[in-house]
Amino acid sequence: MGALMVIFSLQPKQRSKTRDSVEDELELSAVRHRPEGLEQLEAQTRFSRKELQILYRGFKNECPSGVVNEETFKDIYSQFFPQGDASTYAHFLFNAFDTDHNGSVSFEDFVMGLSILLRGTIQEKLNWAFNLYDINKDGYITKEEMLDIMKAIYDMMGKCTYPVLKEETPRQHVEVFFQKMDKNKDGVVTIDEFIDCCQNDENIMRSMHLFENVL
Amino acid sequence: MAAGVAAWLPFARAAAIGWMPVANLPMPVAPTEKNKRQDELIILNVSGRRFETWRNTLDRYPDTLLGSSEKEFFYNEETKEYFFDRDPDVFRSILNFYRTGKLHYPRYECISSYEEELAFFGIIPEIIGDCCYEEYKDRKRENAERLMDDQEDNKDAKLPNMTFRETMWRAFENPHTSTMALVFYYVTGFFIAVSVITNVVETVPCGSSPNQKEVPCGERYTVAFFCMDTACVMIFTVEYLMRLFAAPSRYRFMRSVMSIIDVVAILPYYIGLVMTDNEDVSGAFVTLRVFRVFRIFKFSRHSQGLRILGYTLKSCASELGFLLFSLTMAIIIFATVMFYAEKGSSSSKFTSIPASFWYTIVTMTTLGYGDMVPKTIAGKIFGSICSLSGVLVIALPVPVIVSNFSRIYHQNQRADKRRAQKKARLARIRITKTEGSNAFLHSKRNGLFNEALEFTNSTEEEQRLSKSTSLLESQHHHLLHCLEKTTYKCHIFFYDSLFVFLPLPASLSLSCFYLEAGLQNYPSRSPSLSSQDGVTGTCCSRRSKKHHTPLPNASAPAHMQPLTHTHTHQQGLQELSTIHIQPLSTSRSSLNMRVDDPASLNCQSSQITTAIISIPTPPVTTPEGDAHLPAAPTHQNVVKVSAL
Repeated sequence: MGALMVIFSLQPKQRSKTRDSVEDELELSAVRHRPEGLEQLEAQTRFSRKELQILYRGFKNECPSGVVNEETFKDIYSQFFPQGDASTYAHFLFNAFDTDHNGSVSFEDFVMGLSILLRGTIQEKLNWAFNLYDINKDGYITKEEMLDIMKAIYDMMGKCTYPVLKEETPRQHVEVFFQKMDKNKDGVVTIDEFIDCCQNDENIMRSMHLFENVL
Repeated sequence: MAAGVAAWLPFARAAAIGWMPVANLPMPVAPTEKNKRQDELIILNVSGRRFETWRNTLDRYPDTLLGSSEKEFFYNEETKEYFFDRDPDVFRSILNFYRTGKLHYPRYECISSYEEELAFFGIIPEIIGDCCYEEYKDRKRENAERLMDDQEDNKDAKLPNMTFRETMWRAFENPHTSTMALVFYYVTGFFIAVSVITNVVETVPCGSSPNQKEVPCGERYTVAFFCMDTACVMIFTVEYLMRLFAAPSRYRFMRSVMSIIDVVAILPYYIGLVMTDNEDVSGAFVTLRVFRVFRIFKFSRHSQGLRILGYTLKSCASELGFLLFSLTMAIIIFATVMFYAEKGSSSSKFTSIPASFWYTIVTMTTLGYGDMVPKTIAGKIFGSICSLSGVLVIALPVPVIVSNFSRIYHQNQRADKRRAQKKARLARIRITKTEGSNAFLHSKRNGLFNEALEFTNSTEEEQRLSKSTSLLESQHHHLLHCLEKTTYKCHIFFYDSLFVFLPLPASLSLSCFYLEAGLQNYPSRSPSLSSQDGVTGTCCSRRSKKHHTPLPNASAPAHMQPLTHTHTHQQGLQELSTIHIQPLSTSRSSLNMRVDDPASLNCQSSQITTAIISIPTPPVTTPEGDAHLPAAPTHQNVVKVSAL
């Protein structure tokens, strides 16, 4: 009986060791992500060399492993909005940035996204925004999806607002949005309706140019 | 907002485009950077070690020195770098704070130097990261305790005006301050001992009369013991009342532990006085006598070790609590088990679970009296497990208590050692200070020798003057010189040991005599001077206690205040007007100034430079320094040097 006990105590260790080594390999591969060369990124995005350098330094400082996973992403984004809860919106943002849907945002994804947002044409920006709102990426924005997005945006504001946030406010806002955007009243907004409508709206056009000098 | 996250602000702003289509109102205008600088490297030269970083890195914390425009004060135009004359090792962790957003405390650094650097660079120590914060707090606490010990030593210094009450309180708290206090201290200690011994001896059976059984001494010599008790209690009462009277805060005193012990020690006696006639409560009265043993705790005022022990126990309260709790748990468990194990056996002593408590305690503490012993096999097995676990449970919290005790004990040892070393340290410091002041006067003398030499063209002295002083020293000396000029006073030499006389050029003594004559016109001074037989050094040292002006050069201590006297008291001051060129020198008996015969001095210049000095108008000097002439430090000799 003693021998059996000894055997039993030895076994799990070995199994866990093999499991550990596999996990270690995965971790190592995740840790060692290096972006493509500076020239390639320069070609693919609209940033200058210096700007890419600055961006990468900030990126690498916060994420030494070279990739951002969703937790870190939420963390970073939440720090800009201390009063509210930015995690839901950050989740949607993450999905918008993670174009290849592998669960992590590498520096290339990051820089591509930024390139569109900061240096892209109006068309590209609106495209990006549509992509953000379309949670399941099926080409249509439904009311539920829009409600989720709206709630996430209002969550970022937090509880201490004036006037006080009421339960129906996001819903009302969604109604207004759909009234404006949904031309054929079929209950969904397609990409063409969206771009069309935005291009006709002066406010939106102006605000698209707002962040151009960010970098 | 953390530092590194600031680098992500462009991203957050860009992501805000996601809100735009949803918004109904026009957005506010974005802020623009007026002069959009490219990020540049700046060089921080800290005592020769160059650190380079991006400007943006430093801008992350705009409320520190490096992050604000305050660093422009340190900008060096020629080398285009910021120069800081600080410790480069500590600067490393400070710069890392900017880079990573976390401030670390290096373990090998001295806590006060680290705090100084932090204060210089405008960083509050509270943001030290969690990894290093505990270490930092521990070291800080240690340092604070050490400083507090030092301050407590200074408490012995007697303040000039203390009321009788304050004096009494100080006498009670520190018995070494006066002889009366010491006497009182020993007397109370003696009576505490007497009282305790009396209580003990009271119960010893004395020799009995043959027809009776043994009686304790207390019942045999009732009167004697009663008188002894009364005397002790009276002393204790008087002491308590005096302490109560002298205490600065009576309410706080009454709440303190020592006073409660005092009260508990003397209360049984008074209660006994009140209740002697009532037979029913005499039993309770006997019980009250037990409290007389508390008098032994009064010894803690007399013994440092006892106080340390008490303090240790108080600081280990949580560990003791844990020990008690775990023991209680174990006792209950094992008592229950033993009870049920022994239930079957006949004539078992384990009649109930509480009865088994006694067995469990005795076994767990490995006492093993043997009055209760398990008889069944199961009982014996569990009994052995009980004793083994007892050893373990008790051994666990003990090292914590021991280490606490050791820390506090060593701290106290350190305090005592420091107090003993303090005198030697102060003496050494005083020596270096006087050397510094002598340096100043030497240079002054040399300067005046220079002037004299110009007239005498003497070459002998030139070698002596070749001693050069640094620019800093010479500027400092010039400053002191100007001060002398302003206040119409002279500085005085302090020499520690050797008999030295100075060959003074005549001009020197002349001026000071004149000064003295002038000053004598002020009535506030004359009584002091006529009655003086002290040494000037004392005046200066007395002054120094009042005016402690920090001087930039460490070599010039505060007690070089301008003050002058002439010590020709034997000749009277009226004779000063006649130019007695008699440079004074001291003998070893510093308390009496004597005028040496001038012949022994090689007064080297026979020519007198015209040292015209006007009789000073009412100076702004403070007169109080002259009025007091405290006892001179006997080991100091003073040589007067006056100056123009």
